[in-house]
Amino acid sequence: MKARHWLWAAALATYAFLYIPLAVVVLFSFNDSQLNAQWVGFTTRWYTKLLGDAEMLRAAANSVVIALLSSTVATVLGAMAGLAMHRYRFRFLPFLVLTPVAMPEILLGVSLLLFFRQVLDLTLGLVSILVAHITFSIGFVAVIVRARLAGMEESIFEAARDLGATPWATFRRVTFPLILPALAAGFLMSFTLSIDDFVITFFVAGVGVTTLPLQIYSMIKVAVTPEVNAVSTLLMALTLSLIFLASRFAPDVLKTQR
Amino acid sequence: MALLELRNITRRFGSLKAVKDVSLAVEAGEFFTLLGPSGCGKTTILRMIAGFDAPDAGDILLDGKSIADVPPERRPLHTVFQSYALFPHMTVAGNVAFPLEMARLPDAEIRRRVGETLDLVHLGDKAAQYPHELSGGQKQRVALARGLVNKPRLLLLDEPLGALDAKLREEMQVDLIALQREVGITFVFVTHAQQEALALSHRIGVMKDGRIEQCDEPDKLYTQPANRFVADFIGKINLIAVEVKASSKVLLQLTAPGLGEIAATDPRPIAVGEHGWFALRPELVRVYGHLEAADLKNRFAGTVKELLYLGDVTLYKVDLANGFVVEALMTNAAPGRAKFHEVGDPVAVCWRHDAGLYLRN
Repeated sequence: MKARHWLWAAALATYAFLYIPLAVVVLFSFNDSQLNAQWVGFTTRWYTKLLGDAEMLRAAANSVVIALLSSTVATVLGAMAGLAMHRYRFRFLPFLVLTPVAMPEILLGVSLLLFFRQVLDLTLGLVSILVAHITFSIGFVAVIVRARLAGMEESIFEAARDLGATPWATFRRVTFPLILPALAAGFLMSFTLSIDDFVITFFVAGVGVTTLPLQIYSMIKVAVTPEVNAVSTLLMALTLSLIFLASRFAPDVLKTQR
Repeated sequence: MALLELRNITRRFGSLKAVKDVSLAVEAGEFFTLLGPSGCGKTTILRMIAGFDAPDAGDILLDGKSIADVPPERRPLHTVFQSYALFPHMTVAGNVAFPLEMARLPDAEIRRRVGETLDLVHLGDKAAQYPHELSGGQKQRVALARGLVNKPRLLLLDEPLGALDAKLREEMQVDLIALQREVGITFVFVTHAQQEALALSHRIGVMKDGRIEQCDEPDKLYTQPANRFVADFIGKINLIAVEVKASSKVLLQLTAPGLGEIAATDPRPIAVGEHGWFALRPELVRVYGHLEAADLKNRFAGTVKELLYLGDVTLYKVDLANGFVVEALMTNAAPGRAKFHEVGDPVAVCWRHDAGLYLRN
């Protein structure tokens, strides 16, 4: 067998390893049985049941609101960080911005919890979740924006100034339109990160406010019901389509093809 | 009063002095070129005129007024960048309209001026296209149109032809001369290509290591270079180390150790015993058969070592005594004959006593 065939085999094995568990979840979300054991027949009743589950709907609404708000704020702050990292070549600036990206989530969760409770004396809830999500999203937006700027020819920004544009007009007419795809990609990335974040949210949510991942977790403590499969499938579909969209906006950062 | 004046400009980057005490004046309507090898400071000077960089010492004056504190967007001058720097998200018309929009001209006026200027650079039919749809030469012309449309006092051009292939480059040179004459805007042009500088400019400042070595009209630079660097940088030249043996009012008697006596002219008073260089353009050297022209001065016997047949001209490299090599450029003007001498032929090189120059060390 040629090396090329081995490579194909290895690739297929890897993809199988990655996607078979996900495929199982999707498959069983359409299974007409309470148990995740054997295929009985096709149904969409678990999805119908989801629509009637008030607790689940409230969690989903929370998740969407948090994701929308946090990714909006993170996009604005991350864009500014990305612009600063591009313009000022301080070594520690990217380090500061990117550390939360590399930091173990549990560490970030614990430290944010301590910060909110001990330092700010904040009541945990929507606001604390929001701030936490903004914190870990900024870095991703900043990286995407910086990569977009790095691919730009530096002299076009000088050319704008040279042709009579003030710094603000340069941003409005040249910089902003050029980083717009990166902003869109950054927003979508932040949205997906926020909507399925569990670890950090778990620490800073407090009592009373639940997000979708927290709700799913509390449900599987009892059993993995087909309803969990259904909601997981929906979440997966949303995440995948957002990542696909993001990769279309910023192909230079999120490469899906050569 | 000069339109643009640089007064004792110095610019340091760390311990490196990129520009050292440069002064120069550019008159209105002039096509002025800064010429020099890469890293000589010419682009730094251009960036300081444009306002992207500031001198550490000295002043820059436009119409006699210092523009040191004026930000780039308020200087009445535009730059054409080497990389063109077109806005990729705007059409050709959008790019050209940009400076007019920044100047808040009325829409009708903008449309008229954009149309006129695009016609001027023969791009009237490309107005709706985007930069990535254009060829290198077309992008170049859009960049020019964008720089000219707002009728700046001064247009700075940073190696604008550097990215074009040889043939297109030559066409653009001709276009550029015509364009500058037509619009009457002062051009300050930066290049490392000496032929381009000679072809385009009214005056050239030759730079080396942050200094201007000589500032003159092209033919003066070529025929009367101020020093060895300028002589060598502009065109081809033979350089022979010499000692001054005798000097009268005009005539100069030089000795090249190992070669012999050379007669030259120089109006300057020059001390006997001084060491310097004898500089001679290849096209002023004649190559004769070894028995011809026996009675001429400045005649040296040798053999043809190499020749470069270039069609219209042939460049001969002639070996003289003791390892001296002289290059001679002869036109192939005689009908039916491609060249006059072959490699290995015994020949004699010869030049008029006023053909060469004496350059001080």
